Amino acid sequence: MLYLQLFWSFFQIGLFSFGGGYAAMPLIEQQVIELHPWLTTGEFTDLVTISGMTPGPIAINAATFVGIRIGGIPGALVASFGCVLPSVCVVSLLAFFYFRYREQRLMQAGLAGLRPAVVALIASAGVTVGQTAFTAEEGAFFTMFGIDGIAVVVFLLAFLLLRWKKPNPVLVMLGAGALGGAAYLFL
Amino acid sequence: MTDWKASTQGKGHRCWQVFLSTFYISAFTFGGGFVIIPLMKKKFCDQFHWLEEQEMLDMAAIAQSSPGAVAVNASVLAGYRIAGIPGALTAILGTVLPPLLILSIISLFYSAFRSNRVVAAVLKGMQAGITAVIADVVVSLGGDVVRSRQILSVLLMAGAFAATLFLPINVIWILLACGAAGVLCGGIALWKETKGNFPRKQGKRDGKRQ
Repeated sequence: MLYLQLFWSFFQIGLFSFGGGYAAMPLIEQQVIELHPWLTTGEFTDLVTISGMTPGPIAINAATFVGIRIGGIPGALVASFGCVLPSVCVVSLLAFFYFRYREQRLMQAGLAGLRPAVVALIASAGVTVGQTAFTAEEGAFFTMFGIDGIAVVVFLLAFLLLRWKKPNPVLVMLGAGALGGAAYLFL
Repeated sequence: MTDWKASTQGKGHRCWQVFLSTFYISAFTFGGGFVIIPLMKKKFCDQFHWLEEQEMLDMAAIAQSSPGAVAVNASVLAGYRIAGIPGALTAILGTVLPPLLILSIISLFYSAFRSNRVVAAVLKGMQAGITAVIADVVVSLGGDVVRSRQILSVLLMAGAFAATLFLPINVIWILLACGAAGVLCGGIALWKETKGNFPRKQGKRDGKRQ
């Protein structure tokens, strides 16, 4: 039953995450926090953070992480399989139609409608992650209205660096970890 | 695409090469997503000459417009093109295995890992970092939507954002509604066009962009 739930949840995530990258994030959030009590918001933020640091698609990372915590190794395999299955089916179908109806205007129009929605959903999942990142822990050094000042400073530095220099995001995250980590430990 | 059939290499060998290539690519694409396309092009077009460059670009467009992870979608297509169904299956295995192994190890040690004071501090710093990475992605993609100057797109983006924040709706419905709105507007444009007037430019940007 649990395996079936894991499979079905990640099947839906695989089927409805359009646009790659962080597009799966809002769907994962909904499935594993809101619809099922599988992760806390803090654990979800950790998951997104770890996914940003490790190779591979975020949906597969999430499937493995959640699967193992809920149902051990078999849970991870079932969740990953559920996540990949819709891709395989749809991509094969679409490849067939694509080469036949490449210029199909309605298909293009539908995808054009999806794209802004995906951006909005990524933004809203970013709000969830940001809430965890910015919430001050008990006895933190530099806080205001429950907001963690160190996190805000690290966020602003990282964001400006990303906008101006376009560095590899993994390097930015390593830098944020080093800077933030040192600040939390020593201040 | 037919010349590979004349190749002396067996299918088994091809599958093994596909597995090794996708495993290697997946293990080294951090952050996932579209990064995989240039890497696959280097391997399968430039190194092995199994795929044409144009084929690779078409595959990228399909992988991008299909649901699911772009990396998985692109591997399925390339694997199938190179070695048929066994090729597609080995490509999936190669793509999924590295994150599966890495995340398994991390998950098993997560509790011990998380309660370490140093790890917790570094992770907290990284959370601010990933928030910045997501914000950067949103600003780039959102900027593209605004610059496209299509009022429908901007409205859909604002509406979808407000809906996810304030309404308890399943995000799947939001995606379906926005896709339907796109089809509806495309259909109206097409209908106006077939009536003779309104030569409208096509939505050519689609499918070419991260």
